[in-house]
Amino acid sequence: MKSLTGLGILLALQSLGEVLSKGFHLPFPGPVVGMLLLLVVLQWPSAREPVIGCAQFLLSHLSLLFIPVGVGVMTHLDLVARYGVRIFVAVVVSTAIGLGVTALTLRWLIASKAANPGAPDA
Amino acid sequence: MPEFVQLWVYLASSPLFGLTATLGVYLLAQAFYMRMQQAPWANPVLWSVVTLACGLHLTGVAYPSYFAGAQFIHFLLGPAVVALACPLWERRALVRTYWRALLWAALAGGASASLSAVGLAWAMGLPPDVVASLATKSVTAPVAMGIAEKIGGVPALAAVFASITGILSALIGKFIFDRLGIARTRVGWMARGFALGTAGHGVGAARAMQVNPDAGAMAGLALGLQVLLATVLIPLCNSLL
Repeated sequence: MKSLTGLGILLALQSLGEVLSKGFHLPFPGPVVGMLLLLVVLQWPSAREPVIGCAQFLLSHLSLLFIPVGVGVMTHLDLVARYGVRIFVAVVVSTAIGLGVTALTLRWLIASKAANPGAPDA
Repeated sequence: MPEFVQLWVYLASSPLFGLTATLGVYLLAQAFYMRMQQAPWANPVLWSVVTLACGLHLTGVAYPSYFAGAQFIHFLLGPAVVALACPLWERRALVRTYWRALLWAALAGGASASLSAVGLAWAMGLPPDVVASLATKSVTAPVAMGIAEKIGGVPALAAVFASITGILSALIGKFIFDRLGIARTRVGWMARGFALGTAGHGVGAARAMQVNPDAGAMAGLALGLQVLLATVLIPLCNSLL
């Protein structure tokens, strides 16, 4: 019952997000607006408990939710056959770059904050 | 035998088939993943997609009739994206302490991954819709699909590229971090986790959570941040270029 309440809250926020996103031509899609709204709603303990239960269930099976669209690659097999190798190269190289740049940037910024804790940072 | 064929034709065209097949194959892939001690190459998304696509191809079931059932699972992506606020909220103390460092690292990592993918794909002469679908590769698949559609990409390709990126980040992360000398200290784990969540979204984050709790917390945060940054910045860059 509790997780059902949680799902209800998530769906309600997503709907509200869709309305706001479409109504005000926001740059965020409906679910992302819903996510921002949920950040506010979570301040409120009676909503927090059911939402966190349901969220944990959904997020722990997030990978299941990608499968229906992922299978859609079968409708683009011609593209994959033609460009598969080049796509793979682009994905591997850019993933390595992304991982390296993020880790080095964050380590450097945290280290410089630790070295100078009085600095007017966050 | 003809009765069996009739029964199959009936089942294959009902939404029940797509839904059951998706859930069943995923559960098997998940069991296999656990049996393989959660080795990155045994990734359940990868193997479920491969198994289902081959299965549909061999049995001659068209993708739209499969999706008629699988859409019920697909639909849950919306509430799942809303639910991403929970890991962000739970780590609000971390965000408060390090928000500036986190924001810059997320921007630098997300931009370098996306721009290098687009640049390489363009240089290798890939068609524009494939290039656009590669731009969103570091964003969690449901959001990547939406952004890709906006900038002239193909949602299904964007979802697949995002999944491959996530799996790869889980596979090569350790090697890259060791090479760059990211230590296994608390700060090092934070940087490793944040990088996995930034470059490899949900799949990378799941990997980080297995390895170290500090890394896992940062990865969950990075995943949510990347969603926010990418939905604004990728369409914006696209309209400027």
